[in-house]
Amino acid sequence: MRTLRLLGVGCLVHGKMRFASPTVAALEMIWPLFFATIAFFLFRAGGGAEALVYASLGAAVMGVWSATSTASGNALQRERWHGTLELLAAAPVHFALILLPMTITLAALGIYGMVATLLWGRFLFGVDLPLEHPLAFAVALPLTIVSVGTAGFLLAVAFVRHRAGWALGNMLEYPVWLIAGFLVPLTLLPDWVRPISWALAPTWGMSAIREAASGGTPWPDIVVCAGIGAVYTAIGIVLVERMLRAAREKAALAPA
Amino acid sequence: MNGVRVFLLGGVISYRALFGFLHPAVFIPTLLVAPVFQILLFAYIGRSAGVGSDEFYVVGNALHSASLPCLWAMSHAIAGERFQQTLGYIFASPAPRVPLFLGRALPVVANGFLVAAFAFVVGGMILRIDVPLASLPSIALVTAVAALACTGLGLVNAALGLVIRDNSLVSNIIYGFLLVFTGANVAIAELPGWIGTVSHGLPLRHAIEAARRLADGETLGDVGGLVGAEALVGAVYAVLGFALIRAFEGLSRRRATLEVV
Repeated sequence: MRTLRLLGVGCLVHGKMRFASPTVAALEMIWPLFFATIAFFLFRAGGGAEALVYASLGAAVMGVWSATSTASGNALQRERWHGTLELLAAAPVHFALILLPMTITLAALGIYGMVATLLWGRFLFGVDLPLEHPLAFAVALPLTIVSVGTAGFLLAVAFVRHRAGWALGNMLEYPVWLIAGFLVPLTLLPDWVRPISWALAPTWGMSAIREAASGGTPWPDIVVCAGIGAVYTAIGIVLVERMLRAAREKAALAPA
Repeated sequence: MNGVRVFLLGGVISYRALFGFLHPAVFIPTLLVAPVFQILLFAYIGRSAGVGSDEFYVVGNALHSASLPCLWAMSHAIAGERFQQTLGYIFASPAPRVPLFLGRALPVVANGFLVAAFAFVVGGMILRIDVPLASLPSIALVTAVAALACTGLGLVNAALGLVIRDNSLVSNIIYGFLLVFTGANVAIAELPGWIGTVSHGLPLRHAIEAARRLADGETLGDVGGLVGAEALVGAVYAVLGFALIRAFEGLSRRRATLEVV
């Protein structure tokens, strides 16, 4: 119960902090629209209504990853700039419970971009989204967001020793958009890329959302997405332990 | 002589001091790797939608990637003075303003060209596009003109950075607009008419069209008009950017709001 409360309060506080800047809020909503617009034009020129639905859902979820990748890479560095990293590391709870709400909140803020993209598609391009399995959709959507948040958690921990973690996170924005199948079917990618796609939780989340919307079989994708998210979290916790141990040995939490 | 010194040395020193992306840890992922993945992303979206060739997306996105340093570097190199709290010294200095500010643009043009050229070569090699060797020097020239034009727009962006608290939002929005409006990924003919009209006033639009035609085997003479239009658009933005910087300098003196926005 205490853990859930900590996660909940953490999400709330970080959400408020993140949205203290109207710039951030505006960017979360506007940035995915540029890519969605291009996707709508391309799929409209090349296919029919079905292709536009495909593009609309993919472009909408792209915003969730977009909101997460760069900011997660920079999450710990930001705390360091604020002078709060040492305080957070010294808090009497596991550091993972402090970091996870940060990255899950970042992913959740992608909902703004997601909604904006869906409305953009509906009113400017006339894309009507089907919703064949509403229950599965209602499960798949938050699960995808949380799984993207756990991927962000992993990035945040992995890049902690990197001076410019945001740049690495930023670099990963396009590759994940590409290989997670947001706008490109995995079958179009080279064979060697597919195992990498399968290791990404957003790949399964995206597939689950599409299957739920179109009336396919979303539940296997939902299970795999949840499983991979759990694996990310477990790896992240192990890395957090190692990071904290190294920090205590070197008396430094991050590079000077 | 002093003006030349301010233009060349001052420009390079300010650029190196203020453009925070120059460290390899930032430069490589953001300015070299990301543009290549941008090319791959749109080339595969194009394949998925069945629209355009790989060459179309390589040329469009490679040239578009010149705007990345041109927008951010120009903004850092001028508006960055505000964040370093050195803007007051700059405005108080007796240095002539034209070399002081335009000197910072020269390294930005070089950076924009480098980023676009790298994206074009690497993206082209990965996707194995077939461009006539004889066209490469002309494409390089067009890329340089595109970088110049983008730097003009970057000057306007930098000027806005003197009066806007968070200039990164503006840089991102301009970058996104260029992605949609210049025909980098969607042929101008496929875009609504009003976007096609607006695009004539934007950098990159003419350069991208010229580079595509050169890649298809046309000569520099065939696309001379487009190159001239690109240079003209860039010059107009550069003049506007410089005028805005001077206007905001005057405004900040009158209102005593140099670093208080």
